[in-house]
Amino acid sequence: MAIWLSRLAIDRWRLSQGKADAALSPLPLAGGAGRGNDHRSKIHPPVTLPASGRGTDAEPWVLIAETAHGPRIEVANDAGLAAGARPGMRLADARALCPALKTAPSDPKGDRAFLETLALWAQRWGPWSALDEPDGLLVDVSAVAHLFGGETRLLAEAQAAFAWRGLTTRLAIAPTAGAAWALAHFGPERAILAPEDDAAERLADLPAAALRLDDAVLTVLRRLGLKRIGQLHGIGRDALHRRFRSRSPEANPLTRLDQLLGRVAEPLLPVLAVPDPLVQRRLLEPLRHRELLDRVLADLAADMAHELEGQALGARRLELGLWRVDGETIVRRLEFAAATRDPTHIARLFAGKLDDIDAGFGIELVRLRASWTEPLALVQGDMETERSGSEAQGTSLAECIDRLTVRLGEKAVRRLVAYASHIPERAQRWQAPLAPEPASQGELAFHQRPLKLLDRPEMIAVLYATPDGFPQRFRWRGQVHEVARVEGPERIAPEWWREKSTARLRDYYRIEDGEGRRYWIYRHGLADDGRGEAPEWYLQGLCG
Amino acid sequence: MNLSAFTKAGELAPLGRRAPRWRPGLAGARHSEVFASAGEAGGAAAALALALDEAVARLGDRSVLWVQDAAALRLGGRPYRPGLPKPLRHRVIHVAAKTPEDLLFALEEGLRCRDLAFVVGELAGNPKALDFTASRRLSLAAEKHGVPLMLVRLDAARDLSSARMRWQVRSAPSPAPQWNALAPGAPSWHADLFRSRAHAPGEWILRDDGHIFAADRIASQRTETPDHGDLAFAAGDRSLAAIAG
Repeated sequence: MAIWLSRLAIDRWRLSQGKADAALSPLPLAGGAGRGNDHRSKIHPPVTLPASGRGTDAEPWVLIAETAHGPRIEVANDAGLAAGARPGMRLADARALCPALKTAPSDPKGDRAFLETLALWAQRWGPWSALDEPDGLLVDVSAVAHLFGGETRLLAEAQAAFAWRGLTTRLAIAPTAGAAWALAHFGPERAILAPEDDAAERLADLPAAALRLDDAVLTVLRRLGLKRIGQLHGIGRDALHRRFRSRSPEANPLTRLDQLLGRVAEPLLPVLAVPDPLVQRRLLEPLRHRELLDRVLADLAADMAHELEGQALGARRLELGLWRVDGETIVRRLEFAAATRDPTHIARLFAGKLDDIDAGFGIELVRLRASWTEPLALVQGDMETERSGSEAQGTSLAECIDRLTVRLGEKAVRRLVAYASHIPERAQRWQAPLAPEPASQGELAFHQRPLKLLDRPEMIAVLYATPDGFPQRFRWRGQVHEVARVEGPERIAPEWWREKSTARLRDYYRIEDGEGRRYWIYRHGLADDGRGEAPEWYLQGLCG
Repeated sequence: MNLSAFTKAGELAPLGRRAPRWRPGLAGARHSEVFASAGEAGGAAAALALALDEAVARLGDRSVLWVQDAAALRLGGRPYRPGLPKPLRHRVIHVAAKTPEDLLFALEEGLRCRDLAFVVGELAGNPKALDFTASRRLSLAAEKHGVPLMLVRLDAARDLSSARMRWQVRSAPSPAPQWNALAPGAPSWHADLFRSRAHAPGEWILRDDGHIFAADRIASQRTETPDHGDLAFAAGDRSLAAIAG
């Protein structure tokens, strides 16, 4: 069964708008809402669903994509189409036709993710489904149609189900994926091609575009005068083979024709749901005390370790859900610096996050889910650690960082990495401590740099500057420093490809004062560079 | 009272003679404190040099934890990778703790980690959280797991502490470089070891030119404190962890 979501992008946009509209003006839920379990109410769209052509959708809207030649219209809604906007048009051209046109950015990635969830959802009609990008689905319904009362009723039910979700579809059932696709896109509504039908004859009237070919190949076919699939049958295979030698099926009408008629196999990639490792405890007696919760948590962590071990995985993120008797849900998240499945480590980190839990009348369900996992090979247990515990042996770096981040926050623990820039404060960046260092072509070799850099350069009052440029005496934090020795200037120009044209250069001096304290100071700009007032002096770094 | 458990003074004297003066390359202590002014980076730099000197055998592919509290961060700035000593550049993991309590927690967790070469802490002033008990906790953790701790105390008074070696450090005029006598030279610091359980106190000029860590002893002019430490320091250098364990 091929399902073509002919207006996927705009339907999805309308649904998201509808949610925003509903939030702005809550409509009274007339009927329908209370009868969620009634089968008939599923067929008709519920009241809350934004109907096509009403609300925001009544105005002409287009979804645009930024291209090298300006914004281009990806898809338009009904009002937009009526106003003259067409997919593929430049926005400027469409605005000329209809100045009131409103725009929203298109979201191909979101559409794809939505399509994936739809593919999983569509497995209600068949054992497996595949994506047919960008806006279609293929579901294998071999020998399952009788469960729904025949193919006709299966198609009707599928279309109604999609319509209930607010999605426009065209569907078709055929023995091959290619034929189903062709019928869904170019055939009659809810077309069915039975295995005993003569496929070649039934599909002969469809246009050549039904073969799922590239635009370039379609142009060639059109120029050759081959506009319908039936016309290709009249030509010898040898002639087509000579003309189209490409191996890829999209560029070879002969391969596509064979796939359409089932003469060659067409491999499809099914979509499979990968369930997150999940363990839970339903509690007979609601928990109200912390010690019991810790006990349950330890059990859950052990279960989770067992579960992960069986799949050779380690958890990077764990979510702990606590369901209270009165229906409240409490969720605590934990992220690890490296994949782990050590139950004591997990329980210990969660214990730090449970201090502010309000158990109310009690917690009746505790669930632990690993929403982000990474492969983690099974390793030989350390006998020494098992015997004496990790307390005696010391923790590993990943465990240490986990404990630090749980208490101090993720932003507090970072590693210094080099970054290719001459501007001192940009020459280093901060990243997660265990992330791999970014690849670089070797570090920039600086002459001398201070050991520590102030977060924000502090202005110094220069009391006496020599004509050469560097100060002989300056005041910083209320203390006067006599400059005894100096090296510089080291001139660092602004990064003109990034900053404004008015950014000023810096002349850095490495200085040592009379008591041996070493600093890194700079003059911001030159006196006659025409980029502002007289230059000021700043102290940026403390040298070791 | 059983006096036989105590070491006799006669036995202590030869022990005291064996306790050597501190010099670079001699394994120092697991827990050291460096007092310095917040207006210069000399304290942190000297602490790094001392820690590198102490833990060079431990370095391997281990990382280094550098913990700062908010006040120290504001006063003295953050570590800057291009200016760090070369062997440390890719190793430093920086922890920005908001309060002294968080800093002590981070230091202790760092000391318990077997994959760290050493831990550097920077703490401004004399916060209440760092009392003798907290200091003793740090000493115990450092000695139990063998991870050295260098605690830099910025603008702090010399309070009660169980640190094994306590230094007072300030920058000293640097030697003139070979090619440009007007430029600042290799970092050097005036370091005063005013409390130590294993070594006699003294003053040094420390110099680190990136290759060699050298120390020149300054003859002490302090005559007002008679040096009868020989009895004390040889007896005192026991591991706290050994007692506790």
